[in-house]
Amino acid sequence: MSLKRKAAAIGIGEVRPFREPGDETALSLMAKVSAEAIADAGLEKKDIDGVLNAVPFADPAGFYPASFCEMIGVEPRMLDIVDIGGAIGTGMFWRAAAAIDAGMCRAVLCVGGDLNRSSGMPFPWISLEREFEWPYGYIAPTLGYAMIAQRHMHEYGTTSEQLAKIAVDQRTNALQNPLARFNDRPLTIDEVMNSRVLADPLHIFDIVSPQCGASAFVVVSPEIARRSKHPPVWLLGAGEASDHSVISYAPSVTTSCVKPAAEAAFKMAGVTPADMDMVEPYDCFTITVLVTLEDAGFCKKGQGGPFVMEHDLTYAGDLPCNTHGGQLSFGQAGFAGGMSHVTEGIRQLMGRGEGRQVKNASLAYVNGNGGVMSEQCSIILERQS
Amino acid sequence: MSESRRSDDRPAAFISEYGKPLPHPSPISRPFWEAARRHELTLQRCAACGKFIYYPRPRCPHCFSDRLEWKPVSGRGTVYSYTVARYSPTPAFKELPFVLAIVELEEGPRMTTNIVAPPEQVRIGMPVTVAFEDATPECTLVKFKPA
Repeated sequence: MSLKRKAAAIGIGEVRPFREPGDETALSLMAKVSAEAIADAGLEKKDIDGVLNAVPFADPAGFYPASFCEMIGVEPRMLDIVDIGGAIGTGMFWRAAAAIDAGMCRAVLCVGGDLNRSSGMPFPWISLEREFEWPYGYIAPTLGYAMIAQRHMHEYGTTSEQLAKIAVDQRTNALQNPLARFNDRPLTIDEVMNSRVLADPLHIFDIVSPQCGASAFVVVSPEIARRSKHPPVWLLGAGEASDHSVISYAPSVTTSCVKPAAEAAFKMAGVTPADMDMVEPYDCFTITVLVTLEDAGFCKKGQGGPFVMEHDLTYAGDLPCNTHGGQLSFGQAGFAGGMSHVTEGIRQLMGRGEGRQVKNASLAYVNGNGGVMSEQCSIILERQS
Repeated sequence: MSESRRSDDRPAAFISEYGKPLPHPSPISRPFWEAARRHELTLQRCAACGKFIYYPRPRCPHCFSDRLEWKPVSGRGTVYSYTVARYSPTPAFKELPFVLAIVELEEGPRMTTNIVAPPEQVRIGMPVTVAFEDATPECTLVKFKPA
């Protein structure tokens, strides 16, 4: 059983991340990008017969998909939530493809939206974290990623300068993206390294900034894809893995389960990391990108630091990485954040990358990462020539 | 970050006096926290596969046996990784900086904890020993200090 070329994305919707919610809600943002994605796909709302939602931090609730569908007036034949944090976007893509391949539906709307503050309803964290993590102040993911970075530096000699290079190159990409939240000026390695340390060894520019925002994409059957007005972007491979929830209990702090997820995705696709024209790895922190590139097989384990220094990660470089700016410069809209890597992969392969278009791009590696390297979902996307 | 709904019968002052989040033991974890209150570190050990376990589980996560026994352990370990928090992750943690760490216990398991020491003294691989902190009369947290 394989999902290779069993479904394709044909439309996207996205808002530029912003700081102050004003009158927007997570639901209003999701409705907006859904309308945009369906129109972009050349479909009508009645054509949508599958819906996958991300439950927002800002409005956590059960029975989310039915409520969302009722609100926008869709009567799906498949509906569900995907609850794997930053891996939601990539996780939605293969689940949509699997449902289509199984004949359950033909056109799946994948949508997430979030605000950077609570609407009053506290997010329901599991009792395990409240009992064994919170009493010691381990409440924010920043502290977990800081412990990953610290250990990575200890084991492999990784430096703050190498991490800063990732933020700097991604900012260069963001400067060419009108939708990026931080696209007004370049960053320098010195500026990142001289910025405030929030949790050793992570500087403020190593860390995402919480924003409001939303992203959506539409995944359809091959039959619908072949009639698409945009070049269809096919799912070539997918792989998913989890080996812990809290980083303290992970088999390894520095080697993640990106490894099995990426291996499965590349195997299904029948391609290798060397074949990729671009990578869109989830980036809540610079260290996340570095560990992902290592574990997905773009360089040897432990060599991520030298690797990012030797390669140009900008859209014009030899390994275009997070061409939309990544969440570090695009902005992270809560649980919708990891969808932006998927929409950017689709956008680039459709040839709609504007000033940051990667030339002759036909293959993209996209990785979603949830929690603190806890859930990983890698996908390979393809534009057929 | 205090909780509005509590599943036990302790007085409300239990949370408010201390000001930071405290564990609400479950039937599975209660022996761990009761031992901590006596300033003893105990872990579950699987009678089937012999492995020590942290945090307390309903079944062994290695071999899935339900034959778990509570055993006193040495309280010795090393710092596996750490960070110095220089900002408040929630308003409750306002005494900065503090050291959050993963300690690898001599018996094997790793624990999320704090190192009670000046941040500049903390290093990966540093030997540490348990340092119980009586947060309230009812609750003792399991922290570590340089050995």
